Amino acid sequence: MTSKDTPVLAVRELQISFSMYRKGLRKESLRVIRSLSLDVRKGEIVAVVGSSGAGKSLLAHAVLGILPSNAVTEGEILYKGETLTPALQRKYRGTEIALIPQSVDYLDPLMRVGKQAACAGGGPEAQRAARAAFARYGLEPRVERLFPFQLSGGMARRVLIVTAVVARPALIIADEPTPGLGAEAATETLRHFRQLADGGAAVLLITHDIDLALHVADRIAVFYAGTTAEIAPAEDFKRGRDALRHPYSKAFLDALPQNAFKPIAGAQPYAGRPPQACLFADRCPERTNACAGAVAMRALRGGEVRCIHAT
Amino acid sequence: MHTARPKYIASIAGRMLLLLFLVSILSFTLIVKAPIDPLLSYVGAESTLSEEAKAEIARHWGLDAPLPARYATWVKNLLHGDLGMSVTYKRPVRSVIGERFSYSVVLMLLAWVFSGLLGYAAGIFAGFRRGGLADRGIKLFCLVLQSAPTFWLGLLILSFFSVKLGLFPFGMAVPAGKLVSEITLGDRIHHLILPLFTLTIVSIGKITLFTRQKLIEIMNSDYILFARARGESDRQLVFRHILRNTALPAVTLQFSSFSELFGGMALAETVFSYPGVGTATTAAALNGDAPLLLGIALISALFVFSGNLIANILYGVVDPRLREGGDYV
Ligand SMILES: Nc1ncnc2c1ncn2[C@@H]1O[C@H](COP(=O)(O)OP(=O)(O)OP(=O)(O)O)[C@@H](O)[C@H]1O
Ligand code: SF4
Ligand SMILES: [Mg+2]
Repeated sequence: MTSKDTPVLAVRELQISFSMYRKGLRKESLRVIRSLSLDVRKGEIVAVVGSSGAGKSLLAHAVLGILPSNAVTEGEILYKGETLTPALQRKYRGTEIALIPQSVDYLDPLMRVGKQAACAGGGPEAQRAARAAFARYGLEPRVERLFPFQLSGGMARRVLIVTAVVARPALIIADEPTPGLGAEAATETLRHFRQLADGGAAVLLITHDIDLALHVADRIAVFYAGTTAEIAPAEDFKRGRDALRHPYSKAFLDALPQNAFKPIAGAQPYAGRPPQACLFADRCPERTNACAGAVAMRALRGGEVRCIHAT
Repeated sequence: MHTARPKYIASIAGRMLLLLFLVSILSFTLIVKAPIDPLLSYVGAESTLSEEAKAEIARHWGLDAPLPARYATWVKNLLHGDLGMSVTYKRPVRSVIGERFSYSVVLMLLAWVFSGLLGYAAGIFAGFRRGGLADRGIKLFCLVLQSAPTFWLGLLILSFFSVKLGLFPFGMAVPAGKLVSEITLGDRIHHLILPLFTLTIVSIGKITLFTRQKLIEIMNSDYILFARARGESDRQLVFRHILRNTALPAVTLQFSSFSELFGGMALAETVFSYPGVGTATTAAALNGDAPLLLGIALISALFVFSGNLIANILYGVVDPRLREGGDYV
């Protein structure tokens, strides 16, 4: 049933809520991600951008099945056309689906990095695969014997990628892999991602840095308050605000230092809003009365947008 | 990194000497300023001795010299390995401490091992069931234990197990009135159980709560999240990451708890009249027995100091960040 066009990752109407205890013992369900849909195809890099708290990491954790236990998900996540159940997630993570974390803080400080990279499977087979992966990324065998704190910046970046790609996964999710890196190091990291995608992997690249994402990504998804505001080819972002569809994506571009550097007035609404109406309405310059009704994702000019007035 | 070794050892030795000096000065001052007349406790309150005879005794024990001189004499003798005579036991302090310590060390060592193992296991167990009934039970138990005075707890245990149930002797290390040659290992163990139980229970709260906290912290850490994302099973998480990362701080904590262990031991021994260092300390204090008290103060300071030293060295040896990253401490 897996045809050539079946996306490697398909997220359909994902909702994530947290059940939390508020003031006293009243249990409350807090929805932080709502009607989120997204595809990533083989050989493609989809960048996910959005401000802090938009729900980018939660999407990654939901795909891997490593959300905290008080999280409740609805909707569907498909891997190569197959619904990802918790059992499948356990089976696939580390082998088929891999996460590339942000920094060496994600490695066990008391374990040599070679051993950590070889964990998927654990046996001598995994050890050999890890060694080969280290070599592919120009890391000498002695690096395997180092502890995370002993890695230099450049080594650390490559080791983190290696731990993820040892098993040659078909889907790679990188959560903020570049902050704190200089421009050159960040570019190098992204070049690795491009290689992985060109080698046939599907890459979901989560980042704050839209500017960097533009250079390697094929498509860019703009997250806002737990949902996708717009998904568009990276080309459109390079062409500027007029090529974009959603007022938030345009404002997001305008807020970049190299552009108008114009901040967006107001703040991202926190969880617990009515699910259907436009979440950007409070801050949108183009709002009309119609915006209070249901606003669904729709296709537009080769992309997708969640705005009734977008053209 | 090895170039730092001699400097490190020298600094440790320096700190230890300073500690011993301060402890001895402080104990000395406290003892001689205490409102207990060693002479009176030596000859007894009802004594009919003449004033001359009393002065003679005071001179014999060196009690008539001025304080700095008495301290100086004590230090001089100490450097020759002579800790003086115990007024209480009428024997050299060294032999008193030697004999008493053998009892106390058994008690402390066993309590240390038991509280460490049980406390660590309980902490891990509670941490994994965070918020559950077992966790809340263990937490409450530890908090109560930590706030209960050792003395009171010991009395409670004594009155329940010995007085009420009659399972264990009231105290001492061996049955009273039995010939030394007739005392068996079983007798000794039988007498050891209650003080050991008390001391273990008193020491267990800290390590349990600490381990529980550490486990929760680690379970929420980024590296456990990433290990799960790499596909490690719960079993692998425990054996590859969690045990190592919790055991290291737990062992270190156990070593640095020697001072509490010592304090608990002294009280537990007193409650159960167990003839170790703790009871000797009480007796010496009540009699104003300066040489014995000073000897015990020195020994206990050394004991606590070595605990902390071992904790530091252990961290340096076991934790790669210190072992391969630079200096100890
Ligand atoms: N365990 C949790 N319980 C309750 N709310 C949570 C929990 N984890 C995340 N959230 C909320 O979900 C929202 C999305 O979080 P997420 O970490 O996905 O943001 P993000 O887009 O990755 O942000 P950043 O760019 O800062 O990493 C935030 O508002 C956050 O407060
Ligand atoms: S739906 Fe309305 S409020 Fe929302 S982004 Fe579009 S124009 Fe603005
Ligand atoms: Mg994040």
